[in-house]
Amino acid sequence: MIQEKHVLSILVDNEPGVLSRIAGLFSGRGFNIESLCVAETTDPLVSRITLVTTGEPPIIEQIEKQLNKLINVVKVHDLTGTEFVHREMALIKVMAKAEHRAEILRIVDIFRCKVIDVSLDHYTIEVTGDEGKMKAILNLLKPIGIKEIAKTGIIALIREAK
Amino acid sequence: MKLTGAQIMMKVLKEEGVDTIFGYPGGAVIDIYDELEKTDIRHILVRQEACAVHAADGYARAGGRVGVCLVTSGPGATNTVTGIASSYMDSIPVVIFTGQVPTHLIGNDAFQEVDTVGITRPCTKHNYLVKRTEDLARIIKEAFVIASSGRPGPVLIDIPKNVSANTIDYKAPKKIKLKSYKPTYSPNVKQLQRVVEMIKDSKKPLIFAGGGVILSKAATELTELARKTQIPVTCSLMGLGGFPGTDPLWLGMIGMHGTYRSNMSTGECDLMIGIGVRFDDRVTGKTDVFAPKAKIVHIDIDPTSIRKNIPVTVPVVGDCKITLSQLNKLLDKEDLGDLKKKRQKWFDQIQHWKSTSPQTYDQKDVIKPQYVVDKLYQLTKGKAIITTEVGQNQMWAAQYYHFDRPNHFITSGGLGCMGFGLPAAIGAQLACPDKLVVDVAGDGSIQMNIQEMTTAIQCGLPVKVVILNNGYLGMVRQWQQLFFDKRYAATCLECAPDFVKLAEAYGAVGLRATKPEEVEPVLKKGLFSKKTVIMDFVVEKEECVYPMVPAGAPVTEMLLV
Repeated sequence: MIQEKHVLSILVDNEPGVLSRIAGLFSGRGFNIESLCVAETTDPLVSRITLVTTGEPPIIEQIEKQLNKLINVVKVHDLTGTEFVHREMALIKVMAKAEHRAEILRIVDIFRCKVIDVSLDHYTIEVTGDEGKMKAILNLLKPIGIKEIAKTGIIALIREAK
Repeated sequence: MKLTGAQIMMKVLKEEGVDTIFGYPGGAVIDIYDELEKTDIRHILVRQEACAVHAADGYARAGGRVGVCLVTSGPGATNTVTGIASSYMDSIPVVIFTGQVPTHLIGNDAFQEVDTVGITRPCTKHNYLVKRTEDLARIIKEAFVIASSGRPGPVLIDIPKNVSANTIDYKAPKKIKLKSYKPTYSPNVKQLQRVVEMIKDSKKPLIFAGGGVILSKAATELTELARKTQIPVTCSLMGLGGFPGTDPLWLGMIGMHGTYRSNMSTGECDLMIGIGVRFDDRVTGKTDVFAPKAKIVHIDIDPTSIRKNIPVTVPVVGDCKITLSQLNKLLDKEDLGDLKKKRQKWFDQIQHWKSTSPQTYDQKDVIKPQYVVDKLYQLTKGKAIITTEVGQNQMWAAQYYHFDRPNHFITSGGLGCMGFGLPAAIGAQLACPDKLVVDVAGDGSIQMNIQEMTTAIQCGLPVKVVILNNGYLGMVRQWQQLFFDKRYAATCLECAPDFVKLAEAYGAVGLRATKPEEVEPVLKKGLFSKKTVIMDFVVEKEECVYPMVPAGAPVTEMLLV
């Protein structure tokens, strides 16, 4: 069976220990967490965890059921297979030697991202986009030299019917 | 009303109908114990905290109620983990109260502090750290709801010392509403109708029932279903007693040490109705060849069990009792035809398997452990509550004691925790004071929690311990005997106490049988004594449990002697 990537949007009680419970569930049962992003929603009692996992279809089914079983989990949405929007943010510290500066700024312009920090040898770029955009810009910046990178992981919401 | 946390706890426990708590005191719970002493709740002092949980577990299983325990922080809490894990694996409703250091010291490596909630997160159905006394009442009520509903399980409540000592203006909590915890009790009627059709079409049906039937109190409905449709029944270890073991439709236990006819039936059946089971690896053997000819119906209250290990044709999420009751009503409206004629070929085949490989042992000059259990069964007329330890003793008890009623076989199935039997027997005896309670043990297992003999004596509980003493850690030795060329690494218990003298040291009656003709007299004397008794049966040393499905093999390929 093929490994599938699924984006899960999980609403949970905003209480201490809930994230640990979810992470523990995944590690305890050998499920995979590719990325995880969590924050409060507009309801201060509820947080949203956007989690990307990979696995064969029966495993994905088990993951959803196991998550639903947790007392602190309010709702689980498997967004994969539905219409949804997703974004990820990255801060990328690129080595900016004199000969590369122009190229870096051109890339920044093309991808409509921002340089948010400058030093003698580095630019720190802020880029937001979907998976495709992130992959593309990283591919272009890697040969130039990436010193450090911090990514948020995907956040996502279902598209409402038009 | 001004109440301390400890007083609130007692108030709520009384409201929940708790009359017995198993526990062990310590600094972090001293305020709670002070209040407990003023109530009429019976406190049973165990001698090791794991046994508080095992006893609460046995109490819950025998009595069909929620078991409650109370231990202190740090080592008290960590000692309960084995007990909690066992209750978790077997889905038993237990509420465990642990003390904790005061809130301002949490995370400070304080004296007798551990991250109890962190440690028990993976082995509890849910757990709480109570940070404010205002939350205590609500949390306790929630815990009882969570522990006893849906698929039951242990719930732990960690109470910091200042939370139990603190005085607040008590306001009774509102009705408990767990917004996203809504187990499904009523099954989907369309799915049930599919099941009815499948039963009508099936030529070789099989019912496979488990612990869920016991927890749901659905033994009557299961028996009605099987007899109405003339479908043979097998049970997992956890389901024994859910269907009468003396009924003609009974196939015996299924799985690694199940009966020949039960395991062979799985290979030939065209319909398997799983009720309150989780298709565990001890049962299925090699999963991709399990029940290869069968359509599988899976009735369970927990959706995660369904399709976890094996593919299912018709999943039915629902409570066993409610589901079987509805299924029985639907079947009443159907004309099932001449069932005797329909089932004759299947019954003949099953009878053939039964006669080719009956469950037997050869009692000669040395006491056979199976003989002891057989005699135990006969002398108690199959009506005793049997708890077991783990290993060969557990398997022989399951094979040779035929349970006709539920809540009478109490064993650590999922975790397989040695040392469970004696404290569980104590809990069971307290839940059912008028019943005969017997712990079937091995010489290895019984030593894991032998100290609980004092608990039994202190409480005047006439539990009986039957030790199948073969001088080995029998089950592991069996594996070494069969698969490791008899290299008995660390399984020889040549050094052991004199169990008769040990019993007497505890203030109990100690009896021993070394020859087959002594077995019955010793059992008679021990079982019908009004005292706590240890009976030491010196049995055949290298006896193995058969049938046996070797690990990783299909269940239909058993070793038979």
